[in-house]
Amino acid sequence: MIDILNAMVVLSNYVLIPAIAYGSQLALGALGVTLIYGILRFSNFAHGDTMAFGAMVTILFTWLFQSWGITLGFLPTALLGIPFGIIATAALLLATDKLVYQFYRRQKADPVILVIVSMGVMFVMNGLVRFIIGPNDQRFSDGERFIISAREFKTLTGLKEGLAFKTTQGITIVTAIILVLVLFWFLNRTRTGKSMRAFSDNEDLALLSGINPDKVVMVTWIIVAGLAATAGALYGLDKSFKPFIFLQLLLPIFASAIVGGLGNPIGAIAGGFVIAFSEVLITYPLKKVLKYLMPEQLEPSGLVQLLSTDYKFAVSFTILIIVLLFRPTGLFKGKSV
Amino acid sequence: MRKLLLATTAVALTAGIASAEDIKIGVILGFTGPIESLTPPMAQGAELAMAEVSDSGALLGGSTVTSVRGDSTCIDSGAATAVAERQITSDGVKGIMGADCSGVTGAILSNVALANGMVMISPSATSPGLSTAEDNGLFFRTAPSDARQGVVMTEVLMENGIQEVAVTYTNNDYGKGLADSFQAAFEAAGGTVTINAAHEDGKADYSAEIGALAAAGGERLVVAGYVDQGGSGIVRAALDSGAFDTFHFPDGMISATLVNNFGSEIDGSTGQVPGTNSAGAGLFASMSSDAGFDGTAPFVAESYDAAALIMLAMQSAGSSDPTVYKDHVMDVANAPGLKIAPGQLGLALKAVAAGIDVDYDGASAVELIGPGESAGNYRQVKFEGGAEVTVKYR
Repeated sequence: MIDILNAMVVLSNYVLIPAIAYGSQLALGALGVTLIYGILRFSNFAHGDTMAFGAMVTILFTWLFQSWGITLGFLPTALLGIPFGIIATAALLLATDKLVYQFYRRQKADPVILVIVSMGVMFVMNGLVRFIIGPNDQRFSDGERFIISAREFKTLTGLKEGLAFKTTQGITIVTAIILVLVLFWFLNRTRTGKSMRAFSDNEDLALLSGINPDKVVMVTWIIVAGLAATAGALYGLDKSFKPFIFLQLLLPIFASAIVGGLGNPIGAIAGGFVIAFSEVLITYPLKKVLKYLMPEQLEPSGLVQLLSTDYKFAVSFTILIIVLLFRPTGLFKGKSV
Repeated sequence: MRKLLLATTAVALTAGIASAEDIKIGVILGFTGPIESLTPPMAQGAELAMAEVSDSGALLGGSTVTSVRGDSTCIDSGAATAVAERQITSDGVKGIMGADCSGVTGAILSNVALANGMVMISPSATSPGLSTAEDNGLFFRTAPSDARQGVVMTEVLMENGIQEVAVTYTNNDYGKGLADSFQAAFEAAGGTVTINAAHEDGKADYSAEIGALAAAGGERLVVAGYVDQGGSGIVRAALDSGAFDTFHFPDGMISATLVNNFGSEIDGSTGQVPGTNSAGAGLFASMSSDAGFDGTAPFVAESYDAAALIMLAMQSAGSSDPTVYKDHVMDVANAPGLKIAPGQLGLALKAVAAGIDVDYDGASAVELIGPGESAGNYRQVKFEGGAEVTVKYR
């Protein structure tokens, strides 16, 4: 019995908790990508750097609050900074839309042109973030590091294996759940949300029935700003903030959105978790878990690892290719790419 | 008669001016990239030696030496070779103090230095692969090969009673070379390496890597990485998940940044970094603090020595032509001869000019062996109460 508990603790510590936290971060990022794809009809490559921008503003406000001595006790001060990050990101996205995207939208430009335009925007935002905060690692977390640390867990339960649950992981998961609930309530229950969905389903019909396209576009950017800034800040809080990392995050985020079905919010969330779990689970060696579950004679001598961790990224892209080959619209019905 | 005299003096004067030149030496280090926190004092160390030589006025009839800095980026071989190419063709450098990381050093050596016949002395490239690289006698290093560091690491761990370790290395020439030489040495000494796995630099999340390392287990985790890069991420993830409490850090990890990042969390960990307690090291430490930088930081003394060796070899050859002075580097670095400490470069140049053989010891007790690399002295450190403490020298 104790052995089974130990095995479960090991699995939770190294697979479940990290994968759920990582999956929540990917899901929030993928939701932003999928909303833009569904409503504005292009793949926004600037999304990773939008997250970096939101995280940066959050960090700057966090430092300001810390210097004023304002903290949240055991919670990280960054939570206070996030609303300001969202406001600044929304302002940046709306300004970008006015200056750049609006021109191409009026011209009824092809989606592929908008994709290239978004790459240009990506480089500008990337430069902006590096210019303001620099290319280095920034630390801004404070408060309690752990809800429960590995050592505390061991003394508390008397088990041989420790379980660490970081405060930032807890906050990430809780925030992701709240944001997703609010978003679905908004899309399904409010007038603006319904008009956004109508616009996404059939643009011409929506325009004929009197929906104001400018308002739909504006609300979409504001929601995307909220999702991106929160996801960026949570990712920076849980791991570390470095502008370059958000560029790399773009690939798994797109993989999540496409696997789930581009344009489908539920798919984005499911895709985020599929990618996160496959990355962590397939490269995790089961030796320690099996050691507790198997009788002593059968104990594995090798690592029982399907793939070396070097191939972590390959896993998400293999899944992506398989899904695109057999279900081009993604796991949940999205638009085909 | 008077005209003749005037003419000869004029000729003599111009001849004197022509022989004293302004010699440029390239300083190619990773001012940006994974070891950017280590490189500024390294460059200052090399430039300190150049200033000393210029001020003495004793090099090749009063020549002065200026440094030309270039960014190796530590990881981007394309950028590093472009910088070296530019320094040689457009700046006209007569020698290169660098590069720093093993991968870019090998790239510059094979693509640029060999083709142009340029002498390179690296202060910090430690990959065992460079010992056997084709170099036409142009490549030297004041840092020891990691084949030696692997042996030293094994000794340190064995003395601490550690028999079983997990190893993770940064996925490049330096990390792989060090991890493999350590594994060979550790297993030869009777220890067990449970896993020898790579990690990529520049990622935010290392939980999958830590999961694998923890599953393999071990008394201590050896992190052969870079402190400004994945190395710190690995340590953070290992501490957070409770996978490992103590670590062993080779040279790429030992830096003030490590202590700043982790403080007392890494108490009980050990490490080693090239360094010596010779009289020269102490002398250099006080010289560098007078000049406003930290001479005890990793590879700073080696940088000073690398630059000094280039200039002493020039003096010994009587020429700043790299294809000529390359054969004199080993002569000035090794016995027999007059022992030279840091700060005595002017004296050494005069001695060489007078035909006296010198044996340059410098700041890191330089002794070049085999294919022109340092024999290797290491400073063993441990972490206690949130600080780095020197245990002893090997």
